Amino acid sequence: MSALTGTTLLARLVLRRDRIRLAIWVLGTPLLGYALAGSVAGIYPDQETRQGYATTSASSLVARAFNGPIHGTDLGAVVVAETYVTLALIVALLSTFAVTRHTRQNEETGRAELLGANVVGRYAPLTAALLVIVGANTVAAVLLTVALAGAGLPLAGSVAAAAAIGGVGVAFTAIAAVTAQLSVTARGANALAAATVGLSFVLRAAGDVLGEQSADGTRVRSAWPSWISPLGWGNQVRAFDGERWWVLALPVALLLAGVALAYALAERRDQGAGLIAPRRGPATAAPRLLSPTGLAWRMQRGTLLGWAVGVAVLGLSMGVAADEFDDMIDANPAAAEAINAMGGGADLINAYLAAMLGLFALTIGAYVVQALLRVRGDEADGVLEAALATAVSRTRWLGTQVLAATLGAIALLLLAGVTTGLGYGIVTGDPLGQAVELGGAALLRLPALLVIAGVVTAIFGLLPRWSVALSWTALLVFLLLGQLGAVLELPQAALNVSPYTHVPAVPAVDPAALPLVVLAAVAAALLAVGVAAFRHRDVPS
Amino acid sequence: MPVISIGNLVKTFGAIRALDGLDLHVEQGEVHGFLGPNGSGKSTTIRILLGLLRRDSGDAQVLGADPWRDAVRLHRRLAYVPGDVSLWPNLTGGEAIDLLGQLRGGLDRRRRDELLHRFDLDPTRRCRTYSKGNRQKVAIVAAFSSPVELYVLDEPTSGLDPLMEAVFQDEVRRVKQAGATVLLSSHVLAEVEALCDRVSIIREGRTVESGTLTELRHLTRTAVTVETARPVTGLDALPGVHDVHEVDGRTHLEVEPAHLDELLGQLIRFGVRALTSTPPTLEQLFLRHYGDDPAATATGAAAVPASPGPATVGASDVDAQADAPRGGAR
Repeated sequence: MSALTGTTLLARLVLRRDRIRLAIWVLGTPLLGYALAGSVAGIYPDQETRQGYATTSASSLVARAFNGPIHGTDLGAVVVAETYVTLALIVALLSTFAVTRHTRQNEETGRAELLGANVVGRYAPLTAALLVIVGANTVAAVLLTVALAGAGLPLAGSVAAAAAIGGVGVAFTAIAAVTAQLSVTARGANALAAATVGLSFVLRAAGDVLGEQSADGTRVRSAWPSWISPLGWGNQVRAFDGERWWVLALPVALLLAGVALAYALAERRDQGAGLIAPRRGPATAAPRLLSPTGLAWRMQRGTLLGWAVGVAVLGLSMGVAADEFDDMIDANPAAAEAINAMGGGADLINAYLAAMLGLFALTIGAYVVQALLRVRGDEADGVLEAALATAVSRTRWLGTQVLAATLGAIALLLLAGVTTGLGYGIVTGDPLGQAVELGGAALLRLPALLVIAGVVTAIFGLLPRWSVALSWTALLVFLLLGQLGAVLELPQAALNVSPYTHVPAVPAVDPAALPLVVLAAVAAALLAVGVAAFRHRDVPS
Repeated sequence: MPVISIGNLVKTFGAIRALDGLDLHVEQGEVHGFLGPNGSGKSTTIRILLGLLRRDSGDAQVLGADPWRDAVRLHRRLAYVPGDVSLWPNLTGGEAIDLLGQLRGGLDRRRRDELLHRFDLDPTRRCRTYSKGNRQKVAIVAAFSSPVELYVLDEPTSGLDPLMEAVFQDEVRRVKQAGATVLLSSHVLAEVEALCDRVSIIREGRTVESGTLTELRHLTRTAVTVETARPVTGLDALPGVHDVHEVDGRTHLEVEPAHLDELLGQLIRFGVRALTSTPPTLEQLFLRHYGDDPAATATGAAAVPASPGPATVGASDVDAQADAPRGGAR
C-alpha cells in the first residue's frame, strides 16, 4: 500500500532518536514494579494484614478514588491497588508525549515536510510512531510480567496486571494519535491528550467511589463511569482475582478506532494544519504587553490557568476526603506509618493535611521548573536573541522570568491551601477558618520552591544545553527523596539534599523560622549564581 | 569616527576557530556590505557586535562603546534584523513589532503603519502562521520603525520576493539619507551592488578584502580576446598577463588592470583586427574570494583550483597585488 511506503525506515528513525528514552521507559517501569511489589510484600506479609487492607480499601472512598477498586486479598491484588494508578499514569503520559513528539512536533518544526517530500507515504510517519510506541508498551508489559512473577506473584495475575498497564499505554497512544491531528502545535496536542488523561482519572475515581462493596467486604464493583475511562479498564481486568481477559480487548479496540480516525483526519487535512483553526489577533499590542513583565505574564497565563484549575479540583477533593481519613487509618497501619513519615507525627488529621500540602508543594515544583525552562526554550529557538538585541539587560530579562515563576508559585500554593481548607472546612463546618489557616500553612512551602527556582536558574546560567534534562532530574530526585527516602531508610544527609526535607510540616508541627530563612538564603545564592553566569556566557543561537 | 571598529577579533567555539583575527571598519553614514561564504563567521561577528557572544581577544567598538559591557545602552541606538527570524508563536505580527520596538526604547508609530502597508504584511496573524518571508518582514518593519543610528542587518532579504526586495532597498536608502549607518550582510549581489558604499569580504574568520566595489574590481583581472593580422608573440614575458592561449586564430588572455596599458602597446604591433575586453563581473569577483583554496593564498603557491570562470586562476599573484597601493591602474 503506497500510503505506508517508508514506514520501516521511519520506524527505525524513531527508534534511533528515542533510543535512550525508550530504554529508560521499557526497563524503568518493570524495575519500579519489581521494587514496589517487594516492598508491599514486606508490609503485608500474611492473610490477616491483607484482609485488613482490603476491607479498609473497599470501604474508604479516598482509597477508592486514589488507588482504584480493590479485588480480594491476594498479595497481587494489594500490589495492584498500591501501584496500578501510579504506573498507569506514568505509562499514559509517556505514550502521549512520545506520539506527539514523532507526529505533530515534526510537522511544527518542518521536519515532516522534509521527510514527506521523499518517497514516504501519507500515513507512514504516524504509522511508524504508533508501531514503535505500541511496541514499547508491549515490551514493557512483557518485562513487567517477568518482574511481577519474579517477585513471587502468580503468573496468570502477573500477565493480567502487566497487560492492564500496557493496555493503558496503548489506549492513550490511540488518543494522542487523534489529538496530534487536531492541534496545530505540539504543545496544544500534548495539552489535549494530558487533559484526556486527567478526565480519565476523574471518571475512574468517580466510578470507583460510586461503586458497591461486595458482601465479603474485600472487593469493589465499580460503577459505569469507570467503564468509559481507559484508566479504569485496567482495574476491571481484576488481576489476581479471577482475571477477566476479555476486558483487555477494550484498549485494542480503542487503538483500532483511534488509528482509523487519525488516518481519516490526516487524509482530510493539509500538512502542518490542524482542525482547530488559528484565530486572528490584534494588529497592535496592548500597552500592558510592552515590557518583559507583560510578555512573561502573556506567555505564562495559559499554563498558570491550567495549573490553577487542576490544583483547585485536587485541593477541594483532598480537603473533603480528610474527614473520612480517620476510618481508613485505623485498619491500615502501613498507610498511617507512611502519612506519619510524610507529615511528621502529631494529630493524624493534621499529619494528613500537612502531607497533602507537601504533595502540592512537590507538584507545584513542576510548575516552577516548567515556567523557568521557558527561558531556555526561548534561547534554543532564537527568540531570546531578538529580545536581548533590544535595550533589555540580561539581568532584567532573567529576573523577570524568575519573578513570574515565583508569583505563579505563590498563587498556586495559596490556591492549594485555600481549596484544601475549604473542602475540609465544609465537612467540619468551618470553611473560612480552615481556608485561612491552610492557605497560610501552604505559603510556608514557598522557600522550598524558591530553591527549585534557584536550582533551575543556576543550571540555565552554567549549563544551558543541559537545562531541561538536569532541571527535571533535580526535581525527580527531590521527589524520590521525599516519597521513598524514609521508607528506604536513607541516611539523613541524603534526605537533606532536598529542600522539601527542611520545610516544617505545618499544620502537623509548629512553624519554625530558621529553616525557612536558610532555604531562602540558599535560593538567593543559587539565583545570584545563575544570573551572574548568564551575564557572562555566550547566548548561542 | 568609525561606527564599527573591529581589530584582530578572535572567537573560538571549542576546537573551532570561528573568527581568526577579523578586521572590520564601518564609517558613519555608509552602507557597508558584509560578505563571505556560508560559515565564514559573518553571523558570529554580528552576534559579538550585539553583545550576545563574548570575544576571546581583539578589539571591538560599536558607536564608540564596548558591545559586551555597554550592550543595553548601545541597543537603544541600533536595530537588528536576524537572518533566521524566530518570533513568539502566540503573539500576532503587530504585537511582536510593537514589543520589539518598545523594548528597544520606542518606535515611530506612523512609520510602523506605513511600513506595514508598504511591505503588505497582515499584522493580525499569529507569528506561528507566518511564512519565512513574512517573519522576515516582521523583523524588518520592527527595525525600520525605530529611528536609530545603526542598523545591523544579517541577510535581511532571504525569503523576500523581488517586489519586497525593492521596498527594502528604498528603506535602506531612506535611513542612509537620514544619516544612519547600515551593516548589511547579504548573498544577494545585486542588492550589494545597488546599496553598498563599501564592502568587506571575509573567509574562514578573516577579512580578505575591504574597499569600494570599484577598488575591488581593480584587484581582479580583465579578460581580453584579440584577433590580429600576424600571430602574437612575447605576451608571456609581459608583467601581469596570464593564461594566454590561442583558439581559432584568436588569442585569449587575462590581464591585471594595472598592466592593461603595456599589453595594448604590445598587441598594437601585430595589427589588431578585433578586440573585446570584459571587466570582471561581481559574481566573478566574489567567486574568486569565496572559492579559492585559502592555503594557496596564504603560502603563495601557484595552485590553480578547478573552479569555472577565468577569475579563479592564479589567485596568488592577484593577492600579492592586494598589498600594493590601491587605484594604481589609473
